[in-house]
Amino acid sequence: MAKRAAPEVNAGSMADIAFLLLIFFLVTTTMEKDSGINRKLPPIQDDDQEDVIIKQKNIFTVLINGKDQMLVEDELMQIKDLRAAAVEFLDNGGDGSCTYCKGRRNPKSSDNPDKAIISLKNERETSYETYISVQNELVGAYNELRNRRAQEQFGTSFLEMQKNYKDVQWIGNKTKLKERIDQIKLEYPMKLSEVQ
Amino acid sequence: MSKFKKKKDGGLPAINTASLPDIVFMLLFFFMVATVMRDSSLMIENRLPKADQVEKLEKKNLVMYIYVGKPSQGYKAKYGTEARIQLNDKFAEVGDIAAFIAAERAEKREEEIPALITSLKVDKDANMGLIGDIKQELRKVNALKINYAAIKGGISN
Repeated sequence: MAKRAAPEVNAGSMADIAFLLLIFFLVTTTMEKDSGINRKLPPIQDDDQEDVIIKQKNIFTVLINGKDQMLVEDELMQIKDLRAAAVEFLDNGGDGSCTYCKGRRNPKSSDNPDKAIISLKNERETSYETYISVQNELVGAYNELRNRRAQEQFGTSFLEMQKNYKDVQWIGNKTKLKERIDQIKLEYPMKLSEVQ
Repeated sequence: MSKFKKKKDGGLPAINTASLPDIVFMLLFFFMVATVMRDSSLMIENRLPKADQVEKLEKKNLVMYIYVGKPSQGYKAKYGTEARIQLNDKFAEVGDIAAFIAAERAEKREEEIPALITSLKVDKDANMGLIGDIKQELRKVNALKINYAAIKGGISN
């Protein structure tokens, strides 16, 4: 019997099969990278702990009411003005102990960034969208100050430093970078309290 | 001169499609590697708010998700139109959060537990009352690291 060559397999439908699989994976998977505003909740306090007395001038109250209006230090304010107001409050340096502050040293406002506390209050009817916008502006105020301080001291922004620290491929001394990040965090500590 | 005469039998020559499967497979592998499986299907409306100070969440396996929003179209009749909590694949009450966190923690190794982050994926139309309750519940079980999920973009007033 004559030897016959094996017949060629028709691969025309291979593309169809591959497309089918591709579409399946496109539909069932997500590519979204999760991002958001990181916050830390305060732990539940024991009852026997005594209240720390904080001077009124060291607290910056932000209240969002059920109609999504914002009261800052008992005055109505628009969200776009909030960041500047928060920066002014945090950077005030009223008692002169903060050497790197550039604020107006108004004795009626906060003593130093370590003592300054932002208190964010909301009502049950407040919409989440507004709340996040306000949170964002307040975090933005802290980042602005930290960036400025990092720029002065190390010639790079704080966010850049944090990004480098997380970057696996970054070449440089990470221990030193961590120290610098911690130093900036200490100089402008994020004291943002969310009360019910 | 018939030697140089071109054959003209009309019609375009067929394009060789033999490498098409290779191209499609390449795309397929890209998507298989670059994406993760959806872990739960959403039964609620979930349009995240926008913010510009967002940080990326690394280590996806250390994130617990709590979804909040109005039940989507198919579930309106049964679950109403008020914002609800969704944990894994079902609607839940505020009281179920403690059990959910405990279950998530049980799956993880002990040294990973302090690094767990709770991501709150809340619809932008939800109101803060429910979120406040969730936060209170998270404080009770000592799950203090939270992340308000938001999309990077200009803020809305």
